[in-house]
Amino acid sequence: MLNPLQLDGVHIAYGDTEVINGITLALTDGEIGCLLGPSGCGKTTLLRAVAGFEPLRAGCIMLQGRVISAKGYSLPPEQRGIGMVFQDFALFPHLSVNRNIEFGLRTLPKKARLARVRELLKLVSLPDVGNLFPHQLSGGQQQRIALVRALAPRPPLLLLDEPFSSMDVDLRENLAREVRRILRAEGTTALLVTHDQAEAFAMADRIAVIDRGEVRQWGTAFDLYHRPADRFVAGFIGQGVLLPVVRDAHGVLQTELGPVHGGTTGTTEGVPMEMLLRPDDVVRAEGGLPATVVGYRFRGAECLYRLRLPSEMEILYETNGREILAIGSSIRIAVQCTEPVLFMAD
Amino acid sequence: MEIAGRAPRIAQRPASRINSWRLGVIICASLLSLPVVTVFAYVFVPAGEVWVHLVDTVLMDYLINTALLATGVAVGVLAIGIPAAWIVTAYEFPGRRFFEWALLLPLAIPAYIMAYTYTGLLEFAGPVQGLLRQVAGWSAGDYRFPEIRSLWGAVAMLSLVLYPYVYMMARASFGGQSLSILEAGRVLGAGPVRVFFDVALPLARPALVTGLSLALMETLADYGTVQYFGITTFTTGIFRTWFGLNDSAAAAQLAALLMSFVFFLILLELYSRRRLRFFQTTGRYRQLERYQTHGWYSVLLFVLCLIPLTFGFLVPAGQLGIWAFSTAEESLDQRFLWLVGNSLLLASSASLLTLVLALFLGYGRRLHPTRGINFAVRLSAMGYAIPGTVIAVGVMLPFAWLDNQLDHWMRAAFGWSTGLLLSGTLVILLFAYAVRFLAVSLQSVESGLARVTPNMDDAARSLGLAPGGVLLKIHLPIMRGALFSALLLVFVDVLKELPATLILRPFNFNTLAVRAFELASDERLADSSVAALAIVAVGIVPVVLLSRAVTRSGVQHVKPAST
Repeated sequence: MLNPLQLDGVHIAYGDTEVINGITLALTDGEIGCLLGPSGCGKTTLLRAVAGFEPLRAGCIMLQGRVISAKGYSLPPEQRGIGMVFQDFALFPHLSVNRNIEFGLRTLPKKARLARVRELLKLVSLPDVGNLFPHQLSGGQQQRIALVRALAPRPPLLLLDEPFSSMDVDLRENLAREVRRILRAEGTTALLVTHDQAEAFAMADRIAVIDRGEVRQWGTAFDLYHRPADRFVAGFIGQGVLLPVVRDAHGVLQTELGPVHGGTTGTTEGVPMEMLLRPDDVVRAEGGLPATVVGYRFRGAECLYRLRLPSEMEILYETNGREILAIGSSIRIAVQCTEPVLFMAD
Repeated sequence: MEIAGRAPRIAQRPASRINSWRLGVIICASLLSLPVVTVFAYVFVPAGEVWVHLVDTVLMDYLINTALLATGVAVGVLAIGIPAAWIVTAYEFPGRRFFEWALLLPLAIPAYIMAYTYTGLLEFAGPVQGLLRQVAGWSAGDYRFPEIRSLWGAVAMLSLVLYPYVYMMARASFGGQSLSILEAGRVLGAGPVRVFFDVALPLARPALVTGLSLALMETLADYGTVQYFGITTFTTGIFRTWFGLNDSAAAAQLAALLMSFVFFLILLELYSRRRLRFFQTTGRYRQLERYQTHGWYSVLLFVLCLIPLTFGFLVPAGQLGIWAFSTAEESLDQRFLWLVGNSLLLASSASLLTLVLALFLGYGRRLHPTRGINFAVRLSAMGYAIPGTVIAVGVMLPFAWLDNQLDHWMRAAFGWSTGLLLSGTLVILLFAYAVRFLAVSLQSVESGLARVTPNMDDAARSLGLAPGGVLLKIHLPIMRGALFSALLLVFVDVLKELPATLILRPFNFNTLAVRAFELASDERLADSSVAALAIVAVGIVPVVLLSRAVTRSGVQHVKPAST
């Protein structure tokens, strides 16, 4: 079966500035993909190119096997049939909720149109707002209306541009899960843009981490966290520090915190390397290395500490929220990590 | 229509691409800034004999009178506008809601109409002095009555019609101030007077400066009042030098000098608007709990608000009404209908022309928000601050030159003369109006365009609408109100406009404003009243719209920012 969306070596530039630098990826049917990256990395530009608002300098974009964008060619957005949810929702202020949702359904007969609108409003649990105007809705309601307006024509692909950025932080995760439920219910393939990791993790099946116009890694949330492809991904996703490490003559990785076993493929004895040390890789150990508590962040269920090692290096360590360590106190720790992530030292 | 084909393509393009729309904007802006550039160019023309003569004789008078007038009006508008704004914002008293919008009404009366209405009221044979003599039993020479036709009279007239600028900005600022700041003042034990002086007034300062600079721009632009009162200022000086001394270069040089004062005001306004943004403490507009008043206190506040309304609107409008009633039979003749027709023709074609230009420039800026385009659009919107007299001079000079060239060429090539093809016709007048009032129209258009976010364009297109359809189904319905108000505001402004019309109108072409002014200048005050009343009546319409907008949103700009 043809992929709903396929990007092949996409290049986008403004004048002389390359914004997207050869990106290739594909979404399978019903998959929810995410473009994740710091602001200014080009992720929104890429999304707008898929929608048909940005021309390509090279490469091509295919929708269900059909080329919709290539160098010098761009199918107008209105002929692509791709749905899009905008950051500011872009609901039409002069049209009621019903008319907003109907907007993309002009080819259907009136009766079918109304049925579809009712169905969608029920899907987002807002069956009674049809005759209201956008400004009479709360932010979360507007968001859901913007979503179903885009979903109404049953697009083969839905694009979401930072859809939760204007929401309260505590609403975001709930909404993200809610949107995921709706997309699943409609069986829609979707591509989401965000700079918020939690949002990406809550919504997406696969995530592309983008930096300076390039995909650094394209994989599941688990992969990004536990098997980051490079330093950028390691630093951007989750928390952690890079701990100097060297392979000894016995094929064991030696760190300040003691030996780490396994995962030495591709390493050479004596060459200095660095290992990604997540807070959950650090454990208390009798006879481990003494470390001083220098700071902490209480986060409710857990507590994140900064520990200083004898070498003055600082690492992160996590406990459950009930265990409180005083600043200045000393604990003994070791590494517990079966699949170490290694990078060549700078 | 070209707009239809391009409007929705918001996507940024490579900066190097040459685009006909952009070129059009640049050309348009150059044309519209031609008068200002022309006038300034005359700074570099060597001073002629007349200029030397002007410097020796009257220039000092112009400077001093203009300075006194501006200072007096500044004091006047602040003294009326600020207290009025604070009273209707901070206190609750019977009639408050009425005064809130009614205090804007004096804006509807052009200053020159105000001037001769008061002259008629206060002159020796007028009703006030007549009543005084009757009541006190005096006769001529027994008493001294202040002469209205003086510099101080002009200050009073202009203050009475221009204070709404300050009132409006002050009210918006007082109303938009963060509730918590004002409430903090009250919790700390400050009464209304102390909250006003220690908190509200300092916070409102940038808004007040904005309102003041708008009022002063109008003061510098005034021709009718000072001419009627016989005060020599820059605007009357430009007229005299142009028509009396027949020296266009010296007139342009005077105009350039006047324009440099205006530029100072523009910069002041820009600067204070920029500060205004920082002083806007909250995005949300909530009314602070008003101080309740009772008994005599309420009466006092009521009277305080009634004073500017009475002298700024009720008295002059009433007097005009009485005169108009008594002269209506002779005045409402065929000739009057011609005047109305001419005025309507001019005002409607000027407002349409300006709207088209504003749409063109507004969309240009939206499609290509580059520095060059921004600057060009800003430049073409500058005319709102430039006195009509200066614009007239700046328009006349290049058009006359063009006419001469054309005439020479036609005579050489075909042997017949085209005469004053452009400068003797309505073309030049319409062009001058476009220069002067583009900003009014542009502001409406841009505020309308701002309601259509770029994402709405994109949303409509991703839902299957072609660019033309986006314009018809999204832009037009959303912007309808803004387009209407753009037409209306320019329409009324053109109807009231005096100096540029006086200078540039074709021979024997009269409008309501010109006729009213001419009759009044001939001391036929009562005869001029029907035309004047018509202008005032039409002028009320935008004031009502404006006051509704002010009451609704809290913050509203009368005149566009030059940004």
